[in-house]
Order: sequence, then C-alpha cells, then structure tokens
Amino acid sequence: MNDFARPIFLEDKLPEIRDSGRLDYRSKTLPTWCPGCGYFAIVDGVTTALKREGIANHEAVIVSGIGCSSRFPFFVNTYGFHTLHGRALPVATGVKTANEALTVVAVGGDGDGFAIGGGHLPHACKRNVNITYLLLDNGIYGLTKGQTSPTSAQGFRTPTSPYENPDRPLNPLLMVLAYGASWVGQAYAGRPAQLLDLIRQAIAHRGFSYLHILSPCVTFDKTNRTYGNLDLQVRDLPAGHDPSDLQVAMAEAMNQEAPALGVYFRQERPTLGQALDSLVDKASGSRKHLAR
Amino acid sequence: MSAVTEAKPKIVVCDGNEAAAWGVTLASVDMVAVYPITPQSSLVEYLAKFVAEGKLDAEIVDVEGEHSVLSVLQGGALAGARVYTATCGPGLAFMFEPYIRTPGLRLPMVMGIVTRDTLTPQSVWGGHQDAMSVREVGWIQMYCETVQEVLDTTIMAYRIAEHRDVMLPVNVCHDGNYLSYGAARVELPDGAATREFLGPPSVNWHAALDPERPMAVDPLTGGAGGPGPRMFVKYRKGHCRGMQNALRVIEEVHEDWAARFGRRHAGLVERYRMDDAEYAIMTLGSMTGAAKDAVDEARSQGRKVGLVKVKTYRPFPVRAVVEALAGVQAVGVVDRSVSFGWNGGPLYQDALAALSGALRRIPAMSFIGGLAGADLTVDHFHRVIERTARLAQDGQPGETVWLNEND
Repeated sequence: MNDFARPIFLEDKLPEIRDSGRLDYRSKTLPTWCPGCGYFAIVDGVTTALKREGIANHEAVIVSGIGCSSRFPFFVNTYGFHTLHGRALPVATGVKTANEALTVVAVGGDGDGFAIGGGHLPHACKRNVNITYLLLDNGIYGLTKGQTSPTSAQGFRTPTSPYENPDRPLNPLLMVLAYGASWVGQAYAGRPAQLLDLIRQAIAHRGFSYLHILSPCVTFDKTNRTYGNLDLQVRDLPAGHDPSDLQVAMAEAMNQEAPALGVYFRQERPTLGQALDSLVDKASGSRKHLAR
Repeated sequence: MSAVTEAKPKIVVCDGNEAAAWGVTLASVDMVAVYPITPQSSLVEYLAKFVAEGKLDAEIVDVEGEHSVLSVLQGGALAGARVYTATCGPGLAFMFEPYIRTPGLRLPMVMGIVTRDTLTPQSVWGGHQDAMSVREVGWIQMYCETVQEVLDTTIMAYRIAEHRDVMLPVNVCHDGNYLSYGAARVELPDGAATREFLGPPSVNWHAALDPERPMAVDPLTGGAGGPGPRMFVKYRKGHCRGMQNALRVIEEVHEDWAARFGRRHAGLVERYRMDDAEYAIMTLGSMTGAAKDAVDEARSQGRKVGLVKVKTYRPFPVRAVVEALAGVQAVGVVDRSVSFGWNGGPLYQDALAALSGALRRIPAMSFIGGLAGADLTVDHFHRVIERTARLAQDGQPGETVWLNEND
C-alpha cells in the first residue's frame, strides 16, 4: 500500500506544505515530469529534508547527470549543476573536495548511475567521499522515451528489446554494499514519509551515503514497475535489522523480488576529506604549513 | 512507423532514422551495438524491431554507453562481422577514444551520425557541430540531403568502407530533427540486388582475429624503443592514401548505384544550376532543399546564381569543388556549425583552402545558420544570395553573417 491510496484534499495538504518550509527550496521552474511520476515526491523529500536539517539554500549543491531524474537541479533553489551523462559523482566529488562546507547531493537515474556512469560508483564508495547519492530507479530510460535500462526486469519489453529483455537486472544495493559505501538505504517514492526520513539520514551521514529510491515510470512502463506492483512487492526491513552487519545487509539486498525499505548498512569511517588531511599530517608532521 | 503501400510494395513512407535502419537491414549487417540518444533513439529502436521481427539477421548488443558501443563494434569487426551503430552529440563525444582508433585500425564499418549541436549551451537539437568536431581524425564523412539519400548512402557506405583501396570507417551524417524525424516517400531497393551490389562482407585481413593466422593487433609502433619512426609514418601515409583513394571509390560506387538502381546521387559534390552561374552558394546536408528553392526563385528573377552541395566532406573533394566553382565570381558558404578561432564555418575554411588552388582568386564569405535546430528557410538563403551577389560585384568579403541572429 502506498501513501496515495487514500484521497488527499487540498485544504489538508496546503497547511502541511506551508509548515514544511520546503517551498523555500523550490525554484520558479515547475517540474517537467509526467503527472504521477514518483520524482515529485523526491523533490518534496529533498527540499523538506534540507529545511529540517537547517541547511541554507546557499549551502547546498545538487549535482545531476542526464536523464529524467537529472532534471532535478532545475526545480530546486540551491546551487546546481546539470553535468554530463553518468558524470554526477566525479563532479560532486570535486565540489565537495574543494569546499567541505557545502552539502553535496548527487542525483541521477538507473541508466546514468549503472549504465553509462557505472565506473564511477565503486570509487566514490571506496573513497567514502562525504556526499549523498540519490539514485532514482525507474527501471527504464525515460528521457529517451522508454528503452531498456540496466535495472529493467528480464523479459521486459521496450523499443530496444521489442521481443524481451534478455539480460538480468543489476542488483544496485548488493553492488554498493560490496563497493564499500558507508551508508546504504532503500526507499520507495510511493511512501514519502519514510522517503523523507531516509533522505534526512542520508544527508546527515558523514561519509558516502547511497539511497536507492524505487519509483515507477508511469508513462513508459505500464506493466512492470507500476505503483500497483511496487505496493505489493516492497516490505520494510525486519524489525531488529542490525545496520552494522554487512553480511545481513547483503542477504537482504539479495532479495530483489521483495525489496526491503530502510537503512541496510551504516558505518563510521574516515571520509575522503579526512583521509586527505591526515595524509598531510602524516607527511609533514603537522598542518602548520597550511596556516602560512 | 512505416506505411507500406499496397500497389507498390517497394515504396515506403518513413523518416530518416527508419530509412537508415532499412539501409542497415538491406546491407545485411551482422552486428549492431546501441545506446539511445536524442535524436538517434528511434533509429536503433527500428533496428531492434527489425531484428526481433526477423527482417535483419543480426546480433544486437544493448550496451551501457557509447564508449562501449564502438568498443564492441571494434571487437565485432576484428572478428569478421559487418557492423553498424549510430550516435550523435554528447554520445559521439563520449565515444571519442575508440572513435579515433577505429580508422587507424583500418576497420571498415558504418556509423550514422544523426547530427546534433554540441554542449554547452545545452541543446538536444540538430546542427553539424558534433560531426564537425571529429572531422580531422580519419573517418570518411558523407552528409545526406534527403531521406532517400540516407537509405541509399547507408548501403553504399559499406561498399566504400570495405573497398580494398579504402578500408576505412564511414560516417553517414543526416541532420537531427529535419531528416531524423522528417518523413518522405522512399523507394526500397530490392534485397537480392542490394546483396549483389555489396558482395560478401570484406574483412580487412591485416587486422583480423583469425585462429588460422594468430596475431596481436596494434602493438606499440614507432618511437625510440620500437621499430623507429618509419613504421609509424608508413601507417599514417597509408591511412592518408586510403582517404584519397576514397575520392575515386566514392564516385565509382555512386555511378554503379545509379546504373543498378536508377537513382543518381552526386558522390562528392552536386552542381545545381551552375552551368552559367556568375556566383554560387555552397551547402551541406538537409539545408540544401530550401537553398535550391531559393536558387530557383532567384533564377526566375533573372539572377545568375547556382548551388554547390558538398556530400563527401572527408576526404574533402578539393578538385571537384574547384572545378564546380571555376566559372563563378564569388561563393557564399553556409555552415550549420562553427570553427572556433576562425570566426567562420568549417566548410567555409575548407572552401577557402581548396580555392587557393584555383587559377584566379574567387572571393568567399561565411554564413552560419541552423544552429541547435534553428530553421534555415528560403528567406535566409535569399539573404545569402543577395550578399553573395554583392561580393561578386565588389570582391570584398565582409564579416561572417549569423543567419538566425535575430530570429
């Protein structure tokens, strides 16, 4: 069941929107996504999370790749950069490394992050660069009108696999856990309250946080990853799930038939910025030379 | 979506992307690698459909990005397959590393460029800047004017690429938006006749993964530690010779195409109403249609103007261009892209270089229009004709004219 199963009335919704303060973070550009797209909930989640975490507009940077989800920076009133297809993570790494004071959120889709840009993810994870990566997974190339993506189901029919998709989908959560991400979670655009909570945790985490967000493409996928199907498939992680146990997290990630929502894994370890600083300390004995 | 008419089964109405897919199908390509990108996406979707429907007996590899697309095709070509892909804009840019290596490997293949203006500013619309940005790295590049020409050239390109004296990859460029999505009546050549025209795929055996003749392809060549500079120079000169041979082969192939299928396209350079022309405009790609209309109108008003369309842009047909322009007093060159640092268009630059070999000075001027999908209309070409007429009078080329500056 998703949060939209019951009717929502405007007069109830408006005070909630006003009180959330999230409109402070919305640009004057209205999202160009299709009506019903799950990404609207993610814009609401990010803007509300920034407000609640007390991060000012000028302290936040949203870096995106190319794709429907990568239109994200247009719709929020923070710093933003619409980079090249697949290149959000290296650009975000550059921004954060140059200015640790900024809160850097990379946004991209399943094609952007796991097809054309798949080579960057292991390195962002292992370096533990202190950014948040929101992976908006609709299982399809929406911007180019609905072709097969690396997370499309086997047997799925699209214009580039008109008979059926012969490939197995990737398992992104298992990959990032193996790559060494220090915070790994999964949310569903149909459950915005939980989504908001997870976005807040991901942003607050010190280190590389990876939040996988399942979201339907309401225009080009009428059969597979629909709200109806996702409602039936998703579950919460079991009560008492220990997010410090990598093996348990991996075991949960292996269940792709019933994707679990929540924080899979969490670990405190030095970030890329801290590692670079301590390297200088080690090499020079102190950081006094930087004060000159 | 094609509409096959009942009465004449070999006529279809389709857009340029579908025409390219028909060309690939008729060329009996063995392997296609794809990654969708606007405005190419429907082209590879048609190919996926034709493979799924059994029209094209090919392996289709749906990979994770353009860098992999061309790498997969290099492997396929080395293993003896006739291969195809299409891309544009940022996809072509991402493909650059394997792209610059393919011609040096002398791997014959065909790649469509559904031309798109390059970033930045952000644009998903047509323009020649993508193909122009890779004009100097050794691929043959041919630009199409019509949907029919896209289909025919895609087939002819395989015979050119696989010719023993050429053995180079070919880009068949068709304009994003205008040709990719513009639909027209198209004649489909007969499959058996096309197969006979092309012959069996011709693998370049000097670089093939053949178990009968094991070899490691492309070791370090030249430099201080290798066989010395001469080996490297030998390969470079061979590549240049292949490009120059292509000028002859392209004309031969277009002649043979006309003889077999009854449709004549100019292989290198098309002359339009040039016989008694006093001045000329020069075009590339789909803009030529509107330009020809403008020339017709100007002619009906008594102006002695003609048009020279460049089809083969690399290798640049220097002789053919000079011969076509030998009788005119001035030429206005219209580019759909920019050569940064020259404040003019790339075709204009090439025309200037070619005309330096003419027996007398023929003044030329650069016009730039149609960037990022902007329309080049008959009115724009009237402005080009008018300005070029003045150039023919006074011989004074002015600053580059930006045709859509106030649109």
